[in-house]
Amino acid sequence: MTRLKINGVDEEVAATTVAQLLAARGIDPAARFLAVAINGTVVRRTLWEGAAIHAGDTVEIVRPLQGG
Amino acid sequence: MKSDPFLIAGTALKSRLFIGTAGYPNQQIMLDSLEASGAELVTMSIRRISLDSYSGSLVDLLNGRCRLLPNTSGCVTARDAILTAELAREALETNWVKLELIGDRETLYPDVEQLVPAADELVRKGFVVLPYCNDDPVTCQRLADVGCAAVMPLGSLIGSGRGIANPAAIELICTRSPVPVVLDAGIGTASDAALAMELGCDAVLVNTAIAKSHDPVRMAAGIKAAVEGGHLARLAGRIPKRTFAEPSSPQLGLVGT
Repeated sequence: MTRLKINGVDEEVAATTVAQLLAARGIDPAARFLAVAINGTVVRRTLWEGAAIHAGDTVEIVRPLQGG
Repeated sequence: MKSDPFLIAGTALKSRLFIGTAGYPNQQIMLDSLEASGAELVTMSIRRISLDSYSGSLVDLLNGRCRLLPNTSGCVTARDAILTAELAREALETNWVKLELIGDRETLYPDVEQLVPAADELVRKGFVVLPYCNDDPVTCQRLADVGCAAVMPLGSLIGSGRGIANPAAIELICTRSPVPVVLDAGIGTASDAALAMELGCDAVLVNTAIAKSHDPVRMAAGIKAAVEGGHLARLAGRIPKRTFAEPSSPQLGLVGT
Protein backbone atom coordinates (compact mmCIF):
# COMPACT_ATOMS: atom_id res chain seq x y z
CA MET A 1 0.00 0.00 0.00
CA THR A 2 1.15 3.50 -0.81
CA ARG A 3 0.28 6.43 1.42
CA LEU A 4 -0.71 9.48 -0.63
CA LYS A 5 -2.58 12.72 -0.27
CA ILE A 6 -5.30 12.58 -2.93
CA ASN A 7 -7.32 15.74 -3.46
CA GLY A 8 -6.40 16.92 -0.01
CA VAL A 9 -7.21 13.66 1.81
CA ASP A 10 -4.65 11.19 3.18
CA GLU A 11 -5.25 7.77 1.65
CA GLU A 12 -3.61 4.36 1.41
CA VAL A 13 -3.90 2.88 -2.05
CA ALA A 14 -2.68 -0.26 -3.79
CA ALA A 15 -1.28 1.45 -6.85
CA THR A 16 2.16 2.25 -8.17
CA THR A 17 1.24 4.23 -11.30
CA VAL A 18 -1.20 7.01 -12.10
CA ALA A 19 -3.23 4.68 -14.32
CA GLN A 20 -3.52 2.14 -11.50
CA LEU A 21 -4.49 4.86 -9.05
CA LEU A 22 -7.33 6.04 -11.29
CA ALA A 23 -8.53 2.50 -11.83
CA ALA A 24 -8.43 1.83 -8.08
CA ARG A 25 -10.59 4.93 -7.61
CA GLY A 26 -13.15 3.69 -10.10
CA ILE A 27 -12.14 6.32 -12.64
CA ASP A 28 -11.87 5.13 -16.20
CA PRO A 29 -8.43 6.31 -17.35
CA ALA A 30 -9.85 6.57 -20.86
CA ALA A 31 -12.50 9.06 -19.71
CA ARG A 32 -12.00 12.42 -21.39
CA PHE A 33 -11.60 15.78 -19.68
CA LEU A 34 -9.64 14.56 -16.67
CA ALA A 35 -6.33 15.93 -15.52
CA VAL A 36 -3.84 14.74 -12.93
CA ALA A 37 -1.00 16.51 -11.14
CA ILE A 38 1.57 14.96 -8.84
CA ASN A 39 3.40 17.23 -6.41
CA GLY A 40 2.26 20.30 -8.32
CA THR A 41 3.22 19.10 -11.79
CA VAL A 42 0.69 18.00 -14.39
CA VAL A 43 1.19 14.44 -15.65
CA ARG A 44 0.16 14.31 -19.29
CA ARG A 45 -2.50 11.74 -20.09
CA THR A 46 -0.19 9.88 -22.44
CA LEU A 47 2.18 9.22 -19.52
CA TRP A 48 -0.38 7.90 -17.01
CA GLU A 49 0.39 4.26 -17.77
CA GLY A 50 4.03 4.57 -16.77
CA ALA A 51 4.01 7.49 -14.33
CA ALA A 52 5.10 6.18 -10.93
CA ILE A 53 3.56 7.34 -7.69
CA HIS A 54 5.50 7.24 -4.47
CA ALA A 55 4.65 7.30 -0.79
CA GLY A 56 4.07 10.85 0.36
CA ASP A 57 3.08 12.19 -3.06
CA THR A 58 0.39 14.84 -3.29
CA VAL A 59 -2.04 13.99 -6.08
CA GLU A 60 -4.68 16.22 -7.64
CA ILE A 61 -7.33 14.67 -9.89
CA VAL A 62 -9.61 17.25 -11.47
CA ARG A 63 -12.31 17.77 -14.07
CA PRO A 64 -14.17 20.78 -15.43
CA LEU A 65 -17.37 21.79 -13.71
CA GLN A 66 -19.84 24.65 -14.01
CA GLY A 67 -18.16 28.00 -13.53
CA GLY A 68 -18.39 31.69 -14.17
CA MET B 1 -12.51 51.96 -32.55
CA LYS B 2 -11.60 48.35 -31.91
CA SER B 3 -11.61 45.76 -34.65
CA ASP B 4 -14.97 44.50 -35.80
CA PRO B 5 -15.15 41.44 -36.20
CA PHE B 6 -13.89 40.66 -32.80
CA LEU B 7 -10.51 38.98 -32.36
CA ILE B 8 -8.83 37.59 -29.26
CA ALA B 9 -5.32 36.27 -29.77
CA GLY B 10 -6.01 36.13 -33.50
CA THR B 11 -9.15 34.05 -33.09
CA ALA B 12 -12.33 35.60 -34.49
CA LEU B 13 -15.28 35.27 -32.14
CA LYS B 14 -18.82 35.51 -33.48
CA SER B 15 -20.38 36.74 -30.26
CA ARG B 16 -19.35 39.56 -27.95
CA LEU B 17 -21.22 37.92 -25.11
CA PHE B 18 -19.36 35.34 -23.03
CA ILE B 19 -21.38 33.37 -20.53
CA GLY B 20 -20.73 31.36 -17.42
CA THR B 21 -22.26 27.96 -16.80
CA ALA B 22 -22.84 28.06 -13.03
CA GLY B 23 -25.95 28.50 -10.93
CA TYR B 24 -28.74 27.69 -13.38
CA PRO B 25 -31.89 25.99 -12.08
CA ASN B 26 -30.93 22.90 -14.06
CA GLN B 27 -28.69 21.74 -16.85
CA GLN B 28 -31.32 21.98 -19.58
CA ILE B 29 -32.05 25.61 -18.74
CA MET B 30 -28.32 26.27 -18.84
CA LEU B 31 -28.06 24.70 -22.30
CA ASP B 32 -31.14 26.57 -23.54
CA SER B 33 -29.78 29.83 -22.14
CA LEU B 34 -26.47 29.22 -23.85
CA GLU B 35 -28.33 28.71 -27.11
CA ALA B 36 -30.42 31.86 -26.61
CA SER B 37 -27.35 33.94 -25.71
CA GLY B 38 -25.57 33.07 -28.95
CA ALA B 39 -22.36 32.96 -26.87
CA GLU B 40 -19.40 31.21 -28.38
CA LEU B 41 -17.03 31.47 -25.43
CA VAL B 42 -18.27 29.76 -22.28
CA THR B 43 -16.55 29.58 -18.91
CA MET B 44 -16.07 26.57 -16.67
CA SER B 45 -14.26 25.91 -13.44
CA ILE B 46 -11.75 23.19 -12.63
CA ARG B 47 -12.45 21.19 -9.49
CA ARG B 48 -11.29 18.07 -7.72
CA ILE B 49 -13.34 15.07 -8.73
CA SER B 50 -15.34 13.22 -6.17
CA LEU B 51 -13.23 10.33 -4.92
CA ASP B 52 -16.21 8.05 -4.91
CA SER B 53 -17.19 8.18 -8.52
CA TYR B 54 -16.65 9.90 -11.79
CA SER B 55 -19.81 10.37 -13.78
CA GLY B 56 -20.22 11.91 -17.19
CA SER B 57 -19.26 15.48 -17.63
CA LEU B 58 -20.93 18.71 -18.55
CA VAL B 59 -18.13 19.12 -21.03
CA ASP B 60 -19.54 16.30 -23.12
CA LEU B 61 -22.67 18.41 -23.58
CA LEU B 62 -20.87 21.68 -24.26
CA ASN B 63 -18.05 20.37 -26.39
CA GLY B 64 -18.66 21.15 -30.03
CA ARG B 65 -21.34 23.75 -29.24
CA CYS B 66 -18.93 26.38 -28.01
CA ARG B 67 -15.36 27.27 -27.14
CA LEU B 68 -14.59 26.51 -23.51
CA LEU B 69 -12.79 29.00 -21.31
CA PRO B 70 -11.63 27.38 -18.07
CA ASN B 71 -11.18 29.67 -15.10
CA THR B 72 -9.03 29.61 -11.99
CA SER B 73 -11.90 30.76 -9.81
CA GLY B 74 -11.38 30.54 -6.10
CA CYS B 75 -7.58 30.50 -6.30
CA VAL B 76 -5.90 32.77 -3.76
CA THR B 77 -2.25 32.02 -4.55
CA ALA B 78 -0.40 32.37 -7.82
CA ARG B 79 0.90 28.83 -7.42
CA ASP B 80 -2.60 27.33 -7.19
CA ALA B 81 -3.87 29.47 -10.07
CA ILE B 82 -0.99 28.41 -12.31
CA LEU B 83 -1.45 24.73 -11.44
CA THR B 84 -5.21 25.06 -12.04
CA ALA B 85 -4.52 26.62 -15.44
CA GLU B 86 -2.14 23.80 -16.32
CA LEU B 87 -4.67 21.17 -15.22
CA ALA B 88 -7.33 22.96 -17.27
CA ARG B 89 -5.10 22.92 -20.33
CA GLU B 90 -4.64 19.19 -19.94
CA ALA B 91 -8.30 18.44 -19.18
CA LEU B 92 -9.86 20.63 -21.85
CA GLU B 93 -7.10 20.72 -24.45
CA THR B 94 -7.19 24.50 -24.60
CA ASN B 95 -4.47 26.98 -23.78
CA TRP B 96 -7.02 29.71 -23.06
CA VAL B 97 -7.58 30.56 -19.43
CA LYS B 98 -9.58 33.10 -17.48
CA LEU B 99 -7.11 33.95 -14.74
CA GLU B 100 -8.77 34.72 -11.44
CA LEU B 101 -6.70 35.41 -8.36
CA ILE B 102 -8.84 36.37 -5.43
CA GLY B 103 -7.48 38.65 -2.75
CA ASP B 104 -10.46 38.74 -0.43
CA ARG B 105 -13.16 36.13 0.13
CA GLU B 106 -15.92 38.58 0.98
CA THR B 107 -15.59 40.88 -2.01
CA LEU B 108 -13.83 38.45 -4.38
CA TYR B 109 -11.69 41.40 -5.38
CA PRO B 110 -8.72 40.54 -7.58
CA ASP B 111 -5.31 40.29 -5.93
CA VAL B 112 -3.45 42.56 -8.30
CA GLU B 113 -0.09 42.09 -6.63
CA GLN B 114 -0.14 38.38 -7.47
CA LEU B 115 -2.18 38.70 -10.65
CA VAL B 116 0.36 40.46 -12.84
CA PRO B 117 3.29 38.06 -12.17
CA ALA B 118 0.98 35.04 -12.45
CA ALA B 119 -0.30 36.31 -15.81
CA ASP B 120 3.29 36.86 -16.90
CA GLU B 121 4.24 33.30 -16.00
CA LEU B 122 1.21 31.81 -17.76
CA VAL B 123 1.91 33.82 -20.91
CA ARG B 124 5.48 32.49 -20.85
CA LYS B 125 4.08 28.97 -20.52
CA GLY B 126 2.11 29.48 -23.71
CA PHE B 127 -1.31 30.35 -22.37
CA VAL B 128 -3.78 32.81 -23.86
CA VAL B 129 -4.50 34.67 -20.64
CA LEU B 130 -7.71 36.61 -19.96
CA PRO B 131 -7.34 38.04 -16.46
CA TYR B 132 -10.21 39.12 -14.23
CA CYS B 133 -8.91 42.41 -12.86
CA ASN B 134 -9.65 45.72 -11.21
CA ASP B 135 -11.26 48.59 -13.10
CA ASP B 136 -7.92 50.35 -12.97
CA PRO B 137 -6.19 51.53 -16.16
CA VAL B 138 -2.71 50.98 -14.73
CA THR B 139 -3.40 47.37 -13.75
CA CYS B 140 -4.96 46.75 -17.15
CA GLN B 141 -1.90 48.25 -18.85
CA ARG B 142 0.46 46.07 -16.78
CA LEU B 143 -1.52 42.99 -17.74
CA ALA B 144 -1.39 43.93 -21.41
CA ASP B 145 2.35 44.62 -21.07
CA VAL B 146 3.03 41.06 -19.87
CA GLY B 147 1.15 39.70 -22.86
CA CYS B 148 -2.42 39.07 -21.76
CA ALA B 149 -4.70 38.54 -24.75
CA ALA B 150 -7.45 40.68 -23.21
CA VAL B 151 -8.23 42.36 -19.91
CA MET B 152 -11.40 41.70 -17.97
CA PRO B 153 -12.06 44.51 -15.51
CA LEU B 154 -14.91 44.11 -13.06
CA GLY B 155 -18.01 46.27 -13.43
CA SER B 156 -18.81 45.66 -9.77
CA LEU B 157 -18.45 42.75 -7.36
CA ILE B 158 -18.92 39.23 -8.72
CA GLY B 159 -22.54 38.17 -8.46
CA SER B 160 -23.63 41.54 -7.04
CA GLY B 161 -25.71 42.63 -10.02
CA ARG B 162 -24.77 46.22 -9.26
CA GLY B 163 -23.82 47.03 -12.83
CA ILE B 164 -20.88 49.26 -13.70
CA ALA B 165 -19.82 51.06 -10.54
CA ASN B 166 -17.32 53.32 -12.27
CA PRO B 167 -18.26 53.88 -15.91
CA ALA B 168 -15.62 56.58 -16.32
CA ALA B 169 -12.86 54.14 -15.33
CA ILE B 170 -14.17 51.47 -17.71
CA GLU B 171 -14.35 54.00 -20.54
CA LEU B 172 -10.80 55.15 -19.81
CA ILE B 173 -9.56 51.55 -19.86
CA CYS B 174 -11.33 50.98 -23.18
CA THR B 175 -9.81 54.12 -24.66
CA ARG B 176 -6.27 53.19 -23.68
CA SER B 177 -6.14 49.39 -23.76
CA PRO B 178 -3.97 47.85 -26.47
CA VAL B 179 -5.88 44.56 -26.06
CA PRO B 180 -9.62 43.80 -26.05
CA VAL B 181 -11.55 44.78 -22.93
CA VAL B 182 -14.15 42.35 -21.61
CA LEU B 183 -16.40 43.67 -18.86
CA ASP B 184 -16.47 40.87 -16.31
CA ALA B 185 -18.57 40.73 -13.16
CA GLY B 186 -21.37 42.87 -11.84
CA ILE B 187 -23.78 42.83 -14.77
CA GLY B 188 -27.29 42.73 -13.32
CA THR B 189 -29.50 43.14 -16.36
CA ALA B 190 -29.53 43.98 -20.06
CA SER B 191 -28.95 47.73 -19.67
CA ASP B 192 -25.69 47.11 -17.79
CA ALA B 193 -24.43 45.03 -20.72
CA ALA B 194 -25.52 47.70 -23.20
CA LEU B 195 -23.72 50.37 -21.16
CA ALA B 196 -20.53 48.30 -21.10
CA MET B 197 -20.58 48.11 -24.87
CA GLU B 198 -21.45 51.80 -25.24
CA LEU B 199 -18.45 52.66 -23.07
CA GLY B 200 -16.27 50.83 -25.60
CA CYS B 201 -15.91 47.34 -24.18
CA ASP B 202 -15.27 44.70 -26.79
CA ALA B 203 -17.35 42.07 -25.00
CA VAL B 204 -19.05 41.26 -21.72
CA LEU B 205 -18.97 38.15 -19.58
CA VAL B 206 -22.21 37.34 -17.77
CA ASN B 207 -23.18 34.48 -15.51
CA THR B 208 -25.30 35.27 -12.46
CA ALA B 209 -27.51 37.87 -14.17
CA ILE B 210 -28.69 35.17 -16.55
CA ALA B 211 -28.55 32.09 -14.33
CA LYS B 212 -30.35 33.62 -11.35
CA SER B 213 -32.98 35.61 -13.26
CA HIS B 214 -36.56 34.35 -13.13
CA ASP B 215 -36.37 33.27 -16.76
CA PRO B 216 -32.73 32.60 -17.69
CA VAL B 217 -33.44 31.76 -21.33
CA ARG B 218 -35.29 35.02 -21.87
CA MET B 219 -32.62 37.01 -19.98
CA ALA B 220 -29.93 35.39 -22.13
CA ALA B 221 -31.78 36.60 -25.24
CA GLY B 222 -32.25 40.04 -23.68
CA ILE B 223 -28.59 40.45 -22.80
CA LYS B 224 -27.59 39.20 -26.26
CA ALA B 225 -29.73 41.95 -27.80
CA ALA B 226 -28.32 44.51 -25.36
CA VAL B 227 -24.73 43.61 -26.22
CA GLU B 228 -25.49 43.93 -29.92
CA GLY B 229 -27.39 47.19 -29.39
CA GLY B 230 -24.69 48.71 -27.23
CA HIS B 231 -21.99 47.72 -29.67
CA LEU B 232 -23.86 49.23 -32.63
CA ALA B 233 -24.42 52.43 -30.65
CA ARG B 234 -20.72 52.62 -29.83
CA LEU B 235 -19.82 52.17 -33.50
CA ALA B 236 -22.40 54.77 -34.52
CA GLY B 237 -21.15 57.33 -31.98
CA ARG B 238 -23.50 58.84 -29.45
CA ILE B 239 -24.52 62.51 -29.49
CA PRO B 240 -22.92 64.82 -26.95
CA LYS B 241 -24.87 65.48 -23.76
CA ARG B 242 -26.36 68.99 -23.51
CA THR B 243 -27.53 71.09 -20.61
CA PHE B 244 -30.60 72.48 -22.38
CA ALA B 245 -33.13 71.24 -24.88
CA GLU B 246 -32.37 71.12 -28.58
CA PRO B 247 -35.64 70.96 -30.59
CA SER B 248 -35.74 68.11 -33.03
CA SER B 249 -38.60 69.52 -35.17
CA PRO B 250 -37.94 72.42 -37.58
CA GLN B 251 -38.34 75.86 -36.00
CA LEU B 252 -39.47 77.57 -39.19
CA GLY B 253 -43.11 77.49 -40.28
CA LEU B 254 -44.62 77.03 -36.86
CA VAL B 255 -48.45 77.32 -37.00
CA GLY B 256 -49.79 80.62 -35.60
CA THR B 257 -46.57 82.62 -35.81
